[in-house]
Amino acid sequence: MTKKQKKVLTRIIITTLLLVIIQFLPKNNIYIEFAMYMIPYIIIGYDILKKAFLGIIHGQIFDENFLMAIATVGAIGLGDYREGSAVMLFYQIGELFQSYAVGKSRKNITELMDIRPDYANIEENGEIVQVDPDDIEVDTVIIVKPGEKVPIDGIVIDGKTTLNTSALTGESLPREVKEGDEVISGCVNISGLIRIKTTKEFGESTVSKILDLVENSSMKKSKSENFITRFARYYTPAVCGGALVLAIIPPVVNIIMGNVAMWMMWLERALTTLVISCPCALVISIPLSFFGGIGGASSKGVLVKGSNYLEMLAETKYVVCDKTGTLTKGVFEVTDIHAENGFDEKELLKYAAYAESYSTHPISKSLKDAYGENIDSGKVDDVREISGHGVSAKVEGKNVYAGNVKLMNKYGIRYSNPDKTGTEVHVAVDGKYAGYILISDVIKPNAKEAIAGLKQSGVEHVVMLTGDAKNVADSVGKQLGIDIVKSELLPSDKVSEVEKLMDEKGEKEKLAFVGDGINDAPVLSRADIGIAMGAMGSDAAIEAADIVLMDDDPAKISLAMKISRKTLSIVHQNIVFALGVKFLFLLLSALGLANMWWAIFADVGVMIIAVLNATRALRCK
Amino acid sequence: MDMKKTYKIEVDCAACAQKMEDATKKVQGIKDATVAFMTQKMRVEFEDDADAESVMKDVAKACKKVESDCEIFL
Repeated sequence: MTKKQKKVLTRIIITTLLLVIIQFLPKNNIYIEFAMYMIPYIIIGYDILKKAFLGIIHGQIFDENFLMAIATVGAIGLGDYREGSAVMLFYQIGELFQSYAVGKSRKNITELMDIRPDYANIEENGEIVQVDPDDIEVDTVIIVKPGEKVPIDGIVIDGKTTLNTSALTGESLPREVKEGDEVISGCVNISGLIRIKTTKEFGESTVSKILDLVENSSMKKSKSENFITRFARYYTPAVCGGALVLAIIPPVVNIIMGNVAMWMMWLERALTTLVISCPCALVISIPLSFFGGIGGASSKGVLVKGSNYLEMLAETKYVVCDKTGTLTKGVFEVTDIHAENGFDEKELLKYAAYAESYSTHPISKSLKDAYGENIDSGKVDDVREISGHGVSAKVEGKNVYAGNVKLMNKYGIRYSNPDKTGTEVHVAVDGKYAGYILISDVIKPNAKEAIAGLKQSGVEHVVMLTGDAKNVADSVGKQLGIDIVKSELLPSDKVSEVEKLMDEKGEKEKLAFVGDGINDAPVLSRADIGIAMGAMGSDAAIEAADIVLMDDDPAKISLAMKISRKTLSIVHQNIVFALGVKFLFLLLSALGLANMWWAIFADVGVMIIAVLNATRALRCK
Repeated sequence: MDMKKTYKIEVDCAACAQKMEDATKKVQGIKDATVAFMTQKMRVEFEDDADAESVMKDVAKACKKVESDCEIFL
């Protein structure tokens, strides 16, 4: 609790005690009773009265303070001293609870995002000294001990260790780093001491960028927040007007009808409506829900740049994905080996790997990786690249051809057609067909569930865009269960495809584009929501996107969607609940069925429930 | 030129933060302002020729007027 909160708490306790004591004191004189109640009333309400007074002077009437001041002063004027003081007491209890709850969840959220390093270690005259990370220049050597956070982005120049990246990515799998590897600030060093040569200033480092992004996220306000702000602007004056009407019209009508006016009764009802109508439940719980949602998401490695994006994500009906790097790993691997004519798979792979061993093409690398053994370059001889076809080479004295179907045709070798898609490497040894190896981009392990998850959370159309060949793209699309696949696109075509979809879709339906942040900045900014993934350390992606997934797990897209839907449903629950209860009680009080005590529940009780509901947004699995 | 600055603030309720935002927007030399109650921060965008320091003094005054116990840490 802060100092301010403790002070209010003390006032609440004193007032409560005084009010209890007063109940037992003899009250034979109305003036003495008034004086007795005034002591707790002033203790608990002086700041509200002062604020209301200052507000009127500065032309800021019609706020909560004004409502409370008018209602309680009115009640006391009517002789309801006890009710007047109690309303003020409960109002303060509610305010204290609210400020405590908000402070608490703010702390929770900042703790989730507690990745700010406090210091950096540098070596000076053989001793390790702690300095402010802000003072470290680029190319300085810093030391990170086990248990410490990496303060600044850089490259490991000495030592090896495992890093815990969970604060950044929400991913619990530790990452191994050794000399020459890049490390990103915000990771926690688990095992060994490492020396890092910094490549950025602290202010430009990943950790600073992320903190900046999250802290500024509540600056971009959602439609719901703006709605409530606008609503509150008209609501309070309207309620005050309504109360005034309620206090005057019925008695006047009574007089005209020749009945007793009953001014006091109607005035009391009018004051009750003022207490009920206090808008704080709404005004506080909605930004709190969004902030909770954003905080909860960031603890899972999903950074949302503003509540408006979180809100839009829940309305997303179209998700457009880039293929390479988003749904697939973007690295080529051997996915199928088919050996024929008495060759076994290992042999086939060996000939192919040896024949391609001099090539720098990614395909050669995937062949070598799949072969897994060291290549003895002495066994390869007479390598010739046949451009657009493949290679021919002498491996262990045998003539090996490795390449595409054109190469096989060229030498008149009969080959088998693969039943799967990918880049084909056919191999012939001494003129005899040995089989083929398929190399393709590998689909990420979670991609299929991710697409299914998207559809489950209400996305109607999943579209995949890629520059790859049609047969490869279609096969990936089919495996993942994607509705629409657009292949053989140039980068500029991707923008126009997204634009076409933007025109097609309904006004209320939102379109999200998911990319890996490389080369797709224009598309990211063109879509309603740009989601960049695998953004750890990629500044360009962090800048261009509205939502940033720290690692490259596609399942995070549907997770983000789930969080946004949950947040939005909490927001809607709170709006409906708070307004519903308030209107019900307003009606009851106008009819004389709800007294001041009910009014206190309708104000403070509703607010407490709404705030508690809002804090649920923080916790989402 | 981009003249944006973020200030730490202290304010008790969301409605008060909104009042501060509205008041700040009306100050001479301010192009746009957002007050985030949750993070207790105020982000202001100044007019091109504005002197940030003196403008912020006016902002603090304007905010005090609408919300007596708010604080802007300049």
